[in-house]
Amino acid sequence: MTPMAKFQWLMGGIVALLALSSAIGWVLERRATTPAKRDVVANLRARVRSWWVMVAIFAVAFLLGKGATLVLFAFASFFALREFITLTPTRRGDHKPLFLAFFVLIPAQYLLIGWDRYGVFTIFIPVYAFLLLPAFAALDDDPDEFLSRSAKIQWAVMITVYCISHAPALMLLDIPGYEGQNALLVFYLVLVVQLSDVMQYVFGKLFGRRKIAPRVSPSKTVEGFLGGLASAALIGAAMWWITPFTPLQALGMSAIVVLMGFLGGLTLSAVKRSLGAKDWGVMIEGHGGMLDRMDSVSFAAPVFFHLTRYFFAG
Amino acid sequence: MRPSSALLVGLVRLLVGAYPRWLGCGPEEVQRIYFANHTSHIDTLAIWAALPRGLRRHTRPVAARDYWGRGGLKSYIALKGLNAVLIERARTEQRGDPLEPLYAALAAGDSLIIFPEGTRGAEALPGPFRSGLFHLGSRFPAVQLVPVYLENLHRAMPKGISLPIPLTCTVRFGAPLPRATGEDKAAFLERARGAVVALA
Repeated sequence: MTPMAKFQWLMGGIVALLALSSAIGWVLERRATTPAKRDVVANLRARVRSWWVMVAIFAVAFLLGKGATLVLFAFASFFALREFITLTPTRRGDHKPLFLAFFVLIPAQYLLIGWDRYGVFTIFIPVYAFLLLPAFAALDDDPDEFLSRSAKIQWAVMITVYCISHAPALMLLDIPGYEGQNALLVFYLVLVVQLSDVMQYVFGKLFGRRKIAPRVSPSKTVEGFLGGLASAALIGAAMWWITPFTPLQALGMSAIVVLMGFLGGLTLSAVKRSLGAKDWGVMIEGHGGMLDRMDSVSFAAPVFFHLTRYFFAG
Repeated sequence: MRPSSALLVGLVRLLVGAYPRWLGCGPEEVQRIYFANHTSHIDTLAIWAALPRGLRRHTRPVAARDYWGRGGLKSYIALKGLNAVLIERARTEQRGDPLEPLYAALAAGDSLIIFPEGTRGAEALPGPFRSGLFHLGSRFPAVQLVPVYLENLHRAMPKGISLPIPLTCTVRFGAPLPRATGEDKAAFLERARGAVVALA
């Protein structure tokens, strides 16, 4: 099958799944009797509507090619960083490093990927940005809370720019026998992560009883996690044909992706709550902000990228 | 909508979101004076971008001639993009009532966006209001006076810094200020300021 044929089959499946979800939401709305149930269903329907939009944007970027996909992720990083910084109590002295982060680091990181500079792309932020961001802040001569201010900005940039950029960075890997299809692997990663979020939500709502860390994330339960892990890993295995993996390898990769995604959601929920918020933002109806959708991607992408590179890239 | 205006609104949303929150009134087609706290050069644009397109057509920001009227890109934005009303701030250049252009705009049926502090403050909460709002309010008693609070913009572009950083900003519209008869200027201005602070 050509990459385009694979993509069409994939989109067909996703559209069918979304149509089914929309139908279920429609039925549930007619059955919801109490106000509490109606709220849950209204949120569910808003989430599904947003999924249609997100899938459409993602599919268009895929069809337009590598450049468009990079621009899409650059914007995802931009909005995620904007949300992170909005919740962070920054001061006037943080203006220079923040300006640098938004208008130099984000374009540079994605350009490096576009130019296939693996060696620079992997160290650019952990080395150069790590050192220069606080240096620029220090030039503003404000020692109050300096370490915690610098650490928050470094954290924000690592998660929202560095980590998220590893998803489109899959396009710069040379995988023997998989030439010209890397964009599908980006799609695969995002799909497995998002499906696992959805399945954890569904299993959690249906069977969730034992909460994992209620103060950090009240909605995460053991039952939701296990249900999400099993179902998303199985779906990931069933989609081996769009990846360079065998079915068994796809199962293992998906399981790791789901596990990392779960840890990402949990960790960033803790970060978000330590900044005093429940949602990262309001951009995506029903979901919250960009980071509420990208939190799991930010943890899963770098690990998926490096495992693929170690074991499958030439 | 003019293309320059559409481009401006798009840019402002990309930078600071400018999400409207209609807390005390709706985005209705009535003549209003929106008055807000003033902490950055993006304030005017943020309120403008938060208004629905239909309202923008009849809503004119008030801008200081000494800053926005000096030609170049800033003037282009103020006059072509925002259809701003320029006023004199410096007392030495005054000839007649500096509020005259605003009276003319209100008499023509337009709504206005004003910053009653007269200048940008360094803090999130507004400083004391100058008397312009009082005069406008007394001369046009039928125009609604709507308090607006701009959140976060003092962090996006603090005074003295020329390039903004992106931050999500909400634009909160409060309930129109009730008119009290026989209220003196100081009491009115303090009440108006309180209405903006109450939205913070």
